[in-house]
Amino acid sequence: MEHITSFKFTSPPSMVRASVFLFIADPKASTKPSNTIAANIITTMSKCTHSHTHGQTHELVIKDLEVAYRDNTVLENINLHAHCGSSLALVGPNGAGKSTLLKAIAGLIKQRNGQISWSGKNNVQTRGGEFAYLPQHEEVDWNFPITVRGVVEMGRYSQLGPWKKFTEVDDKAVERALALMEVDGELSNRQISELSGGQKQRVFIARAVAQEAHVLLLDEPFTGLDRDHTANLTRLLRKLAKENRLVIASHHDVNTLADIFDHVLLLNRRVVAYGECQSTLSADNLNRTFENTANV
Amino acid sequence: MSELLEILEMPFFRRALVAAALIGFTNGFVSGFVLLRKSSLTLSALCHTMLPGIVIVVLITGALTQAGAFMGALVAALLVGLGSITITRHTRLPQSTALAIFFTTAFALGVVLLQYVHTSQDLEEWLFGSILSVSDDDLKVFFAIACFTLLSATLFMRPLLLTLFEPNVAAVQGVAIRWMNYLLYALMIFALMASFQAVGPILSIGLLVVPGAIVSLFTNHTQWLFWGGGLVGGISAVLAVVISVPFNIPTGPAIVLVLGALFILAYFCSPNYSPFKQSRNTQH
Repeated sequence: MEHITSFKFTSPPSMVRASVFLFIADPKASTKPSNTIAANIITTMSKCTHSHTHGQTHELVIKDLEVAYRDNTVLENINLHAHCGSSLALVGPNGAGKSTLLKAIAGLIKQRNGQISWSGKNNVQTRGGEFAYLPQHEEVDWNFPITVRGVVEMGRYSQLGPWKKFTEVDDKAVERALALMEVDGELSNRQISELSGGQKQRVFIARAVAQEAHVLLLDEPFTGLDRDHTANLTRLLRKLAKENRLVIASHHDVNTLADIFDHVLLLNRRVVAYGECQSTLSADNLNRTFENTANV
Repeated sequence: MSELLEILEMPFFRRALVAAALIGFTNGFVSGFVLLRKSSLTLSALCHTMLPGIVIVVLITGALTQAGAFMGALVAALLVGLGSITITRHTRLPQSTALAIFFTTAFALGVVLLQYVHTSQDLEEWLFGSILSVSDDDLKVFFAIACFTLLSATLFMRPLLLTLFEPNVAAVQGVAIRWMNYLLYALMIFALMASFQAVGPILSIGLLVVPGAIVSLFTNHTQWLFWGGGLVGGISAVLAVVISVPFNIPTGPAIVLVLGALFILAYFCSPNYSPFKQSRNTQH
């Protein structure tokens, strides 16, 4: 570990390593080949080891959820049961309430009616160590003076809280996340405003991964990614689900849904259909989901 | 020079130097948060609002006391702040527009009312600061504010930065963002309270914005915005107090002038943003 003790006013931006944790990692670590680190992640990330038989407790339950912005009802009568060890796509037209549903699960917006619980407890009470949230690109202040590594280190707050020391364990989690999303090496020391759209997206996904959360709530995670990184993220989401995490993501490309997710929730303010991808993605269901889009 | 050395030995001047160091450091430290929170314009508006608040209190009570002026300034700032929030909620106007309408109206009212005030000399001291007249008790208050700022900001630096960067993600990670926002408000209000006496309410925004902005031209390291800002604020304020004696200029404006000059110098010297550097890069 290297402790920041001095500061060079003349350092170019690439030499400055922003860290909200005061401690920074061994710079040599970031030069490891990413595929080795990616291979390690499967064995080290899982928190949930129970088998998913009937009656297991790690379950997200949404009952009669209703959300409104002033007089405009955005979501109504939403009911959902999803358990960890699976991935769920939220699909629907613009304004269908996909982002709102993710925010509601994350406890970020007021509900008019209904309950959301995780492991039998209220979502706002349990979200701290359990949930990771990926906001949409435009919601982030990209001029904030922080490097890529600094952003990913922020993901460790759930484990460390305000005062615990940033240890080697945290450092390794950050390194793994950086490598998995291929934002390690020279990229990890860049100021976040110096990144392309796709790179920015990957940094935030890396932050969510570094959090080692049980439930990942991802708002349009594939936005801005090129073909190779789309394939990489697809593999990652599959791995995360296999590790007994629950992945919920809004998604636009109906053609790739079944390759990435186990289940799909077709949404248009209400639940149009919900179930396994293969059986739910019928032409009839999709038509019902996207019909009257012009009025939405 | 001998005149300066003589003054340096006077207790009131030593107190002024200590006050300048404490106030400058506190404001400079908090300026990092103001910068990251993008609150400069809002705070500037609220500072201008304090003029009518102080004037109205003087008109009602007939006297200018420290407590009265502070209460007047606080109530005026609250009224304008809450008024702009109410307008924003009920109309489609952005809060910056609502705030601009309210604070210019309030400031204009203050200027009009100013002619009815008879203690204009004292009032001018209040509006533009009088660091040379600080007492030992004032120094204790400045010291307490500096301690509170350093202690609370250091203890809660992680959740504060997470909140400032992306409040939604921070909330999901378990940061009590509402309390962190309250703490940020408290830090800014205490810093303003401290700078009231040094530079007065109207110029205090300079001390609360410029140091962090100067440091940001040299670093991407978030932590340095605060400590570097504190250092720049403290040194500039002390320097300004020393300079103000031989040049016989009021200390409050001197502090803001020194900071402003330093900012321009920093802009030209900045390794990342200097126009000279950019033009050299373009030539190659």
